[in-house]
Amino acid sequence: MPMVQIDGLTKRYGRHTVVDKLSFACEAGEVLGFLGPNGAGKSTTMKMLTGFVAPSAGTASIRGHDIQSDTLAAQRCIGYLPEGAPLYAEMTVRTFLDFIANIRGLDGTRRRNRMQEVIELLHLGPVLDQSIDTLSKGFKRRVGLAQAIVHDPEILILDEPTDGLDPNQKHEVRQLIRSMSAEKLIVISTHILEEVDAVCTRAIIVANGRLLVDDTPAALAEQGNADLESVFRNLTQASNVETSEAAV
Amino acid sequence: MSVTRAIFRRELQSYFATPVAYVFIVIFLMLMGAFTFYLGGFYERGQADLRAFFNYHPWLYLFLMPAIAMRLWAEERKTGTIELLMTLPVTPVQAVLGKFLAAWAFAGIALLLTFPIWITVNYLGNPDNGAIIAAYIGSFLMAGGFLAIGSFVSVFTRNQVIAFVISIVVCFGFLLAGFPLVLDIFSGWAPQVVVDGIASLSFLTHFSGISKGVIDLRDLIYFALVIGTFLYANTIVLRWKQAD
Repeated sequence: MPMVQIDGLTKRYGRHTVVDKLSFACEAGEVLGFLGPNGAGKSTTMKMLTGFVAPSAGTASIRGHDIQSDTLAAQRCIGYLPEGAPLYAEMTVRTFLDFIANIRGLDGTRRRNRMQEVIELLHLGPVLDQSIDTLSKGFKRRVGLAQAIVHDPEILILDEPTDGLDPNQKHEVRQLIRSMSAEKLIVISTHILEEVDAVCTRAIIVANGRLLVDDTPAALAEQGNADLESVFRNLTQASNVETSEAAV
Repeated sequence: MSVTRAIFRRELQSYFATPVAYVFIVIFLMLMGAFTFYLGGFYERGQADLRAFFNYHPWLYLFLMPAIAMRLWAEERKTGTIELLMTLPVTPVQAVLGKFLAAWAFAGIALLLTFPIWITVNYLGNPDNGAIIAAYIGSFLMAGGFLAIGSFVSVFTRNQVIAFVISIVVCFGFLLAGFPLVLDIFSGWAPQVVVDGIASLSFLTHFSGISKGVIDLRDLIYFALVIGTFLYANTIVLRWKQAD
């Protein structure tokens, strides 16, 4: 059984279809890049995968746990960084991570070890007792990543993990993703193409909620006889023309 | 259980993480004092009891409890942390309960800090301390009722001011359910059973016995039911609208 299995996943808001019969499966060791222009349905798909938004149709299962009927078991396998990395601003980094560890049910030595590991991995030592709203954007994002990995999840879902970071910070986050990719399944959404080249082993391109391409980044570039960027532009713009014609 | 406790602790800490909690407690105590001594005529009554004190609790709670409860869900929506919270392995019941209990504990702390009035009345005379404890318990339960309503209203909006104002209106309806102001809306067209039913929902009626120190099991059950009903509705709405 694949780690994540999606079948005909659909989300409609009124008459507007945001995610349209999406189906794919992925396995441990993969870094899946979820690519698409803004508004393509990337975030909505991730919100459905993590049990935040209920699908209008279709199913998603995480390690065999259906996200709708067995939500908690599915959520226990996942670490999730929501878009924009929302955090409890009035808390200090330490009390925030303690809260997450409490909810995740970590205790004893495992808890101490994990906390220490995560704090070292994301270089949070110097800001542990600072309240989150005083931190820079880069630190906030790192706190968001820390809460996602503190329970050492098998599946990591990161919604635009590098959005709004400076080049050094982006580089750091990508290295972190690569370093964790061996034993986990990591799904990242992005509209930055270099990111897919840099970290992903597989790329899925979506536009208007539909799956357009599912391939390795290298094969994608070859197929288009060009770089990833032009492939992306051709595909997503073609689909835009298609839908606007359909609308007429 | 440990999940509810974690949410409870986080929520209670966050009240005290900003000056809001301290401002609230100071205002709460000042208003309590002002109402008791000026409007209630604590000294003029010449009696060693706390009727002058407890009589004004429903009216103070009408404004102060919605102020405690308004942020519970509206703030989570506004900052987007509701997505963080509800994608952790947390059930809606655990989330609603943890938050409500934190707000209720905070109200309890504010209420306990009114103890000088109890010392005063014991210094001045020989009050029936059993009745005073009963009235404190009743007041705490009533606060829970107001907070459950406030938490329920808060889950609908991302705007704390809207949550505050709507909560006051709903709480006001419950407070005066047994009085013509509310009953006249229904008595023209609704059957008598409905009107009587609404009249029996009044916070004031159920609290008046308790404030005299008379604990009637029916009044306690009433407040417990109000709390239970609104928290249950809160979990339903949360499940249904968490992502909106």
